[in-house]
Amino acid sequence: MRPSAGTGTAARVAPADAGGTALVHVPAPLVRNPGEPLDLAAVRAIRVNRSAAERRAATLPARRTVKKQWQAAWLLKAVTLMDLTTLQGDDTPANVRRLCAKARQPVRPDLLEAMGASALPIRAGAVCVYHPFVAAAVDALRGSGIPVAAVSTAFPSGLAPMATRLAEVRASVADGAAEIDMVITRGLVLRGEWQALYDEVAAVRATCGEAHLKVILGTGELATLTNIARASWVAMQAGADFIKTSTGKESVNATLPVSLAMVRMIRAYRERSGVLVGYKPAGGIRTAKQALDYLALMKEELGDRWLAPDLFRFGASALLTDVERQLEHFVTGRYAAAHRMPMP
Amino acid sequence: MTTVAEIFSTMAYGPAPEGDAEARAWLAAHGAAFGHFVNGRFTAAGAASFETREPATGRVLARSAQGSAADVAAAVAAAGAALPAWQALSGHERARHLYALARMVQRHSRLFAVVEALDNGKSIRETRDLDVPLVARHFTHHAGWAQLLEAEFPGHEAVGVVGQVIPWNFPLLMLAWKVAPALAAGCTVVLKPAEYTSLTALLFAELAHAAGLPAGVLNIVTGDGRTGAALVEHPGVAKVAVTGSTEVGRVIRTAIAGSGKALTLELGGKSPFLVFEDADLDGAVEGVVDAIWFNQGQVCCAGSRLLVQESVHDAFVAKLRARMETLRVGGPLDKAVDMGAIVDPVQRDRIAGLVAQGEAQGATRWQP
Repeated sequence: MRPSAGTGTAARVAPADAGGTALVHVPAPLVRNPGEPLDLAAVRAIRVNRSAAERRAATLPARRTVKKQWQAAWLLKAVTLMDLTTLQGDDTPANVRRLCAKARQPVRPDLLEAMGASALPIRAGAVCVYHPFVAAAVDALRGSGIPVAAVSTAFPSGLAPMATRLAEVRASVADGAAEIDMVITRGLVLRGEWQALYDEVAAVRATCGEAHLKVILGTGELATLTNIARASWVAMQAGADFIKTSTGKESVNATLPVSLAMVRMIRAYRERSGVLVGYKPAGGIRTAKQALDYLALMKEELGDRWLAPDLFRFGASALLTDVERQLEHFVTGRYAAAHRMPMP
Repeated sequence: MTTVAEIFSTMAYGPAPEGDAEARAWLAAHGAAFGHFVNGRFTAAGAASFETREPATGRVLARSAQGSAADVAAAVAAAGAALPAWQALSGHERARHLYALARMVQRHSRLFAVVEALDNGKSIRETRDLDVPLVARHFTHHAGWAQLLEAEFPGHEAVGVVGQVIPWNFPLLMLAWKVAPALAAGCTVVLKPAEYTSLTALLFAELAHAAGLPAGVLNIVTGDGRTGAALVEHPGVAKVAVTGSTEVGRVIRTAIAGSGKALTLELGGKSPFLVFEDADLDGAVEGVVDAIWFNQGQVCCAGSRLLVQESVHDAFVAKLRARMETLRVGGPLDKAVDMGAIVDPVQRDRIAGLVAQGEAQGATRWQP
């Protein structure tokens, strides 16, 4: 057995820009998930053993850890995988613009320089907002290459009429959203109405056009890991580019057992169709340690290819604060108080 | 030095070493040479000794004493002398000692975990998360039994001096399984650890004495099978308790037949792991990982036979192979390895021999 888990994923090495000496893996461009016809027999054959999933989820963080410069590098990677998010009732264009500024420069330049990481492309994976702020975010991020994601299907319940939800998606795409985070109707999962769920996701996907579709399952409201796995499968067959755990508004959001059930479906979908679908845990991920656990989960269950922003994102509003504290500790040997960090 | 920028690109795990300074200091404090622990103190490290090696590197950790029949007799005599006073304590008083031992293990858990990983080759993750916490729990558990003894076992009395022989796969945990119930019942103990892995037993005895366990109640005699045979056959031993191979169990059963000694044997097996077609196959794969690669597979109940329903055989084997690709093998003190070292080159050669035998009989070998 090899001492480490190298996986031969398609990747080429390209020199970093602007005189950097660092080499950055540039993954081969993704083929978007074209979806496929709903296979009800496959859906019903899916089952997840809760005890086994919980055991794996409990032991994985104890089996894998990264220290010193490895930890710093992993945390920088985590920064590039973050969908910096603000989904509050009191959002304004001004605080969205502030978030966008943070997305462009998520880590202080002096810290990056001290880590020898100035040449690395350290910026957030995306900025995630409600529809009314898409235009402001697109404007604030112009030229940065950072996409704007919009939660546009009557987020967070998703219970508006279908025509209303599709109209919101169209409006967000028209305003420049490059990614749409839709919520599914959780009742369809609880009632086993897989065809209706498939049709719902497929309709949103068709409306998205070039915008990538993340499908939020609302896992905290789906009752069982088997339901979560089946809903993941249906969403992927209906053309999801990403599957995402939660809105962040449920009482239970992203957890490792839920993530295990979902990423194993992503693996099964790749094995069956050859298509790579992304994963986004969202809600409740607040500490750097949690972020490292999620990265280890992706590395172990899906491989290194899923440690890139086109296939993995954190949905997080507070995570960056703790990551910055840990990075500052790596550089200075001292911990700053959370309130000294510029976010949230 | 590997830079942050390089790691950002490779996303490798990198080293995550546990510190071994405290463990090395303990070995150095004993001059890296141990006698037996008898009657509350170490005997002089004599000429009759053997090397205890660190399986991960092959380097010598210490020299341990090869116990003679006279050493065994001295230990049994000490245990016999300590027996009346220990037996005369109430269950509650013995419980106080057992709780003290549990707390002692918790207090020194890191030292125990590192010494065990160095001596046995198993990973620090397992010694830290499994062996050592379980040791503390067993002493706590049996402290409870000591308190309940008079109510739950009326009319019973301790059998006397117990001779115990334990294997190398869970050295400290096996000690706890053997020692804790014996002390709770009011017995005194002479224990012989496996010759590959004597160190944590010696450390435990030293710290137990420091925690107030009366002299002679727990005695450790180190050595190979000859020392074990002398202990088992000693007439002062009232009960024999052994965990080991089936072969050794048969020899001991024969050796003490007709002597009137009580006997407990815990021996090896070949345990099957069954997978049916309606299982969560990904979950079942993790079950196999725990069943057969835990402790480098050196477990008496390891799931060493895998029986899979034919309808899911191919899918299951494919998943298992993919999972094996992600197992990390490395130094036992690295916190992020799944498998450390096999306990001794002798065992490693035995495994290689069994693999060769399987291939000669028509099996196909597959390794990541």
